[in-house]
Amino acid sequence: MATKLKEVDAVIVGLGWTGGILAKELTEAGLKVVALERGAMRSPEKDFAVPIVRDELRFVVRHDLMQNTARDTLTIRNNPSQDALPMRRLGSFLPGEVVGGSAVHWSGHTWRWTDMEFKVRSMYEERYGKNFIPADMTVQDWGITYAELEPYYDKFECTAAVSGKAGNINGEILPGGNPFEAPRAREYPLPPLTPILASEMFTQAAKNNGYHPFPRPAANASRAYTNPDGSKFGACQYCGYCQRFGCEANAKGSPLTTVIPIAMRNPNFELRTYSWVTKVLKASDGKRVSGVAYTNLLNGEEFEQPAGVVLLCAYAINNVHLMLLSGIGEPYDPVAQKGVIGKNYCYQTGAGATLFFEGRHFNPFMSAGGSNATIDDFNINWDFDRGQHGFVGGYNVAGGFNTALPIGYRPVPRGTPQWGKAWKAATAKWYQTAMNISASGSVMANRYNYYDLDPTYRNAFGQPLMRMTFDYKENEHKIGQHAAQVINDIAKSMNPTRLNEATVRTRWTVVPYQSTHNTGGTIMGANPRDSALNKYLQSWDCHNLFVVGANVFPHNASYNPTGPVGALAYWTADAVKNRYLKDPGPLVPA
Amino acid sequence: MTDQGFGRRDFLKTAVAGGAAAAATATAIPAASTQAQQPAAPPAAEGYEFLNLDEAAFVEALVDHMVPADELTPKGTEIGINIYIDRALAGAWGKGERLYMQGPWQVGVPSQGYQLPLTPAQLYRAGIAATNAHCRRTYGKVFDRLDEKQREEVLIGLSTGKVSFDNGLPVRVFWTTIYQTVMEGMFSDPIYGGNRDKAGWRLIGFPGVIAVHRENVEKYRDKPFPADPLSIADMS
Repeated sequence: MATKLKEVDAVIVGLGWTGGILAKELTEAGLKVVALERGAMRSPEKDFAVPIVRDELRFVVRHDLMQNTARDTLTIRNNPSQDALPMRRLGSFLPGEVVGGSAVHWSGHTWRWTDMEFKVRSMYEERYGKNFIPADMTVQDWGITYAELEPYYDKFECTAAVSGKAGNINGEILPGGNPFEAPRAREYPLPPLTPILASEMFTQAAKNNGYHPFPRPAANASRAYTNPDGSKFGACQYCGYCQRFGCEANAKGSPLTTVIPIAMRNPNFELRTYSWVTKVLKASDGKRVSGVAYTNLLNGEEFEQPAGVVLLCAYAINNVHLMLLSGIGEPYDPVAQKGVIGKNYCYQTGAGATLFFEGRHFNPFMSAGGSNATIDDFNINWDFDRGQHGFVGGYNVAGGFNTALPIGYRPVPRGTPQWGKAWKAATAKWYQTAMNISASGSVMANRYNYYDLDPTYRNAFGQPLMRMTFDYKENEHKIGQHAAQVINDIAKSMNPTRLNEATVRTRWTVVPYQSTHNTGGTIMGANPRDSALNKYLQSWDCHNLFVVGANVFPHNASYNPTGPVGALAYWTADAVKNRYLKDPGPLVPA
Repeated sequence: MTDQGFGRRDFLKTAVAGGAAAAATATAIPAASTQAQQPAAPPAAEGYEFLNLDEAAFVEALVDHMVPADELTPKGTEIGINIYIDRALAGAWGKGERLYMQGPWQVGVPSQGYQLPLTPAQLYRAGIAATNAHCRRTYGKVFDRLDEKQREEVLIGLSTGKVSFDNGLPVRVFWTTIYQTVMEGMFSDPIYGGNRDKAGWRLIGFPGVIAVHRENVEKYRDKPFPADPLSIADMS
């Protein structure tokens, strides 16, 4: 029997970027806030210190900071005709499971998604006609605009110490930045990272091919920095251990060194670690939620935490899972195309080439998380005519390195033996003389890519696992083909000694690692028929429930998701503080 | 361990035979101490935690074949890859830590990833037995008794799926697991038992643990970085 605790003003489920931002903002607004986090506390100065943090086996291969799939995972299949089977260990994506969440181990790539995403259906229909978007492509407008989000992007970039170069300030195109980006009110808080050889060579080649390269914006502080909240950052050391590691230099934009410690110092805030939320509890009126049920993982004791406002801030997949387990909103049915919870799960596609240059020295172990140069000519460039290529969305292309550690990164030309003296000689020869060019491509929503509850498999709490049904569709194949062609053309123009050409991803597989950019499932939108949440990420069904994270994206762009995830967290914090608390109820009429 | 050689396994089998063999033990003991005193022998504290005699012989033969001695590195057993594998199998990973182990079980399709009802240690054990059974059937002896050419043939068979196991164990899954662990043993931090003297890191010029490259990014752009690699133990 669960112990019922004293009601608090707000309960936050999951303490990563979004939970941390909301914890700070709401406690500063005077609310009593409790955060429930299933993972443990990690202290940057003790847990991410040299030498113990420099351990590829522990952090990359054995997933030290990640969700433990023995306890909770999901089942997966490529289409509804297959039996879904459990993802028995992590592979394709890596949700975090510590205080700070996936934001502890991310690389820091921080983008501003534009109206090309937020108005995807209306822009493509206006330009290419209603028949251009295939019938099974369930993309829809987000109900929000870039202009509304701009100040919140700015706020997040300043909090997270994003280093970059503006390409467009108030409509003026600036040299050195991304000429396709939407107008910014001001520069990035920090100048770009120091380029490495691979990014310089890519930059030159991209220019030679008529493209517009720029340094990738990343929450890796290019020099020492104090953010507007007073959180201090060290300068990035280009240590080569970024993705999947905590930062030893305090240079990575992480909630664990910014918003979370600020909330922790506020007497209005209480963090309970090892606390696994199993359900959001509906109030008897059906229009509100009353709190959450959770289990103390240290002794198995069950609690009920009543709260005035419930904010789901877990990893995107786990937010959707909780909504399905709690029976809030109508589950999505791909056959009838009814319901919204689980709808529009999206991922990302990609392609990559490896270029080998005898005589060059790339030193791949010297890099920041965001050490690369990027082109957006086939991404947020609306002048790029998709009509003749027949796809919606696009891809960005980048040259550089991120966490090229030797268990996982040992490039050799295709056809090299996998073991023996010849393998060793090739491994020795090419480790420092190879670089990559890779593309990350968008995935448009499809009727048959979705989440629901698995009928067979259960987690450690006896609850159904979430079932993921996903595969790349024709649109992604076309994007992948186009991207592979562009990559290979750029690569060949660089005249490498050897080239492993880029190929197209056809079927999604759960191994190997691809990206931790899972989106959708509880999407935001303009009305409750098509979406689970309104533009303030407020549940259409229960007005005191907010669901924050990449699970609100109606489709997935080619960009990394954290920019809009962080911006929307600040946007939601403002809506709760300034509007909802004054007059609790739906912020948008249904 | 060659076909003709009298290796540790042969000695130990003789030594523990008991009964009538007890007399032989007495004569064998000095041989063992001599062996232990050979300067080329690995540190005395080694020993195996998980692998039995047959499995140890298989793994030693495997890692010495995949990582042969040449001017670039010592051979696999001298780098400690066999020790890395033994410790990994004996430890939490080998016992299935973080592995979702609830049924029902289905073979599934490759895009669904690992679906065996086996921990990595159980998979290793079953896979070595199945590979040795294949070798006995094909060559009349187990893997570690094969000559170089035959070992190469077996590994190519495993890696391309040309070999299949009669008992249903999927060759592909066994091969990807042993391959991955050999690479881990060669390139992970020496604290885990492999990559002894940072031989794997020296091979490629990876500097290891110390990684403060803020000044080096420009200083060594397109220049070789003079790496004398450091490990966790070196820095502790």
